Amino acid sequence: METFRAFRSMVRDSLGHITHGSKVYHLWMFLLTVVMLIGMYAYYIQLEQGLSATGMTDRVSWGLYISNFTFLVGVAAAAVMLVMPTYVLHDIDFKQAVLIGEGLAVAALIMCLAFIVADLGGPAVAWHLIPFIGVFNFPNSMLAWDVIVLNGYLFINITIPLYILFRHYQGKEAKHNIYVPGAILSVLWAVAIHLVTAFLYQGLQARPFWNNALLGPRFLASAFAAGPALIILVLAAIRKFSEFKIPDKTIRKIAIIVTVAAQINLIMLVSELFKEFYAPTHHSESAIYLYFGLEGKNALMPWIWTAIPLNVLATVLLTVHKFRSNFKILYFACFILFVAIWIEKGFGLIVPGFIPGPYGKIAEYTPTWVEIWVTLGIWALGAFVFTMLAKTAIGIELGKLRYRKKETIQSETH
Amino acid sequence: MEANKKWYQLDLGLGNKKTSQTTCGCGKSSGGCGSTKEDSRQATQSISAAEFDAAVEQEIMGDTAVAQTQKDGFQQVFDVKMDRRTAFRKLTASLLVGAGAVHTSCSITTSGEAKEKAQIDWEEQFKGNYKLMTQEEKQATVDRLVRSYQLRKKKNIKMTATDASKDVLFGYAFNISKCQGYMNCVSACVEENNQDRNSEMQYIRIHEMKDGQGFKFNEADDNYYHEVPAEGHFYMGTQCFHCDNPPCVNVCPVEATWREEDGLVVIDYDWCIGCRYCMAACPYDGRRFNWSKPEVPEEEVNKNQHYLGNRLRKKGVMEKCTFCVQRSRSGRDPACVEACPTGARIFGNLLDPNSTIRWVLENKQVFRLKEDLGTEPKFWYFMD
Repeated sequence: METFRAFRSMVRDSLGHITHGSKVYHLWMFLLTVVMLIGMYAYYIQLEQGLSATGMTDRVSWGLYISNFTFLVGVAAAAVMLVMPTYVLHDIDFKQAVLIGEGLAVAALIMCLAFIVADLGGPAVAWHLIPFIGVFNFPNSMLAWDVIVLNGYLFINITIPLYILFRHYQGKEAKHNIYVPGAILSVLWAVAIHLVTAFLYQGLQARPFWNNALLGPRFLASAFAAGPALIILVLAAIRKFSEFKIPDKTIRKIAIIVTVAAQINLIMLVSELFKEFYAPTHHSESAIYLYFGLEGKNALMPWIWTAIPLNVLATVLLTVHKFRSNFKILYFACFILFVAIWIEKGFGLIVPGFIPGPYGKIAEYTPTWVEIWVTLGIWALGAFVFTMLAKTAIGIELGKLRYRKKETIQSETH
Repeated sequence: MEANKKWYQLDLGLGNKKTSQTTCGCGKSSGGCGSTKEDSRQATQSISAAEFDAAVEQEIMGDTAVAQTQKDGFQQVFDVKMDRRTAFRKLTASLLVGAGAVHTSCSITTSGEAKEKAQIDWEEQFKGNYKLMTQEEKQATVDRLVRSYQLRKKKNIKMTATDASKDVLFGYAFNISKCQGYMNCVSACVEENNQDRNSEMQYIRIHEMKDGQGFKFNEADDNYYHEVPAEGHFYMGTQCFHCDNPPCVNVCPVEATWREEDGLVVIDYDWCIGCRYCMAACPYDGRRFNWSKPEVPEEEVNKNQHYLGNRLRKKGVMEKCTFCVQRSRSGRDPACVEACPTGARIFGNLLDPNSTIRWVLENKQVFRLKEDLGTEPKFWYFMD
């Protein structure tokens, strides 16, 4: 009963906490709300007209939604790179970052699920996907696996921080033997969500561009580069806009993770390019389309030729110790790495899978405004959720939110 | 299938022939007399349009008469034995949209028809997967769909839910030497299967290829508007190949698509959630998606329908060629076969040793597309 009361008090305090803040905070949340509302309007149009409101066709049947979904699964998985050292290896440096990382994972997963729903032709019958209520094609369909692992990961990433924050809120220490098993599970689970998502594409013999054994490992490498890169940027913002102290050491350590992952990612990219272009076969056509265009159609060329140099530049900047220790350069490198991987593992991976089509037809894909606004709306939703989670977590960690604190203060003044 | 095969292989039992008792006019056990097929085809074709309409009418009257003696809506929902899953589903269902539907169906101000419509919509929204339904449930949903069309359009349709027959495995052969690219098959298919007219959805694609260059699909034109046969070209048709090991079926997260006992790969349009994973998995461009609400002018709607076949679809679901399940399961050829003026298309039962399709497989040099993918299509190409 006491626990329940404490929990209710925490929810109430958190709600109070996230609705109060500086002008910058309110402006930020207002902007996100506006973007979300526009996104919802765009989604309404899509519901009315059907998916013909998007740029997708029978030839290219997945587009911006699935691209962003794929990328964000990676961002979600990356939180694990911070969880493991902190909870399992007791590395103090990461302790400040880990709650932020898990908050980021929750936001990314909510965005993933939103992108999947946005992509469905029949969101009204999405309940067919719920295990035990609908019919679940398990273990045959990789999408069924994905539903399980994503929701499981979401559950883990909500419960662990919730437990820790709740203990801290009551002024108690979180018990190791309760959350460490969860943390270890989440480490394995994070690898699983990304590998399963890669298998979603990798298992299709119809699409040679995806049907290669490197796809899964490459997904992991790029995820562990882009995810922590985003975490560094978020930590930088938190350092600037709140009193939450994040030591330089923490950021430096995360930067090493980003660097190693980016290097591995680049090696795999070289391996892929070699396979596609050293002895090109019929199966290399998608890669040729992506990098050089086919039959004069080259919509993706400017994107991929932006992504590759950014990727290389970021990896070089991160590798050179002198650049990496300069925080301005580090933030810049993280930013361009994030953008590069978003392009490369988003529509740079999904769209060429469909081009050329099964019988060699080349039909290009251009997203419509409806699609773009829905996408932006979902990103705004993610940012909104993350801001709320991070603000509460920081409030509790800084001791601003404490159970019975108000009451004790009140009784003292009386 | 051989025991040491690590991959899937289609088994037609070609090795162990048995003489079947099906009557062949000429008495040959193999060979191309084809008299059996011709007879049955003529028999079915001889029904005139008027006779057919009368039959449809009678069928429907019969159905309604039966329906009246059946349980009412309440009993249909609550007087059924259900397992935990079904019970839970129905409970969730009622929680989800209860308010709206209950409002319409319980309101005193709404008319009886509106109530019935709401009742049908309610049951249709929360029915189960067709594949897992009992015979009664299948019949119930078919009845609901027929009644719903009656209420909305004041027209009667005939919808069947015929299951696969034993000892039938449908197969298809395409004669490349005969096809002249007239595309009668394409238009017959669209009319037969009620495809969306606005987006001009077509299940069949005819690829026009240059003579002497082999099968170059990427250089072929599958959207031509000129007189055929064009000089120096040959034609090749593709559609769903009804693979025996279909990749599209494996990937579907909700089992909305499956391979029937007679080899047809079908979709439950009402169970499909529209994720389009099957579309990405199909190596033969065999699947189509309803990007908008499909529309067929009322007078062009083919009213002879099958639940898994040409019944009217809705926005946001997959569809595909079903070898015209509404025809093939009642002993007729698919519309494309019937419409082909050159005889390039051959359809039949692969398990019947006397069928034309078996004769083609045994006497012609046949091949299939992308055999290396292990999909085992039941669609063969051959030349004279």
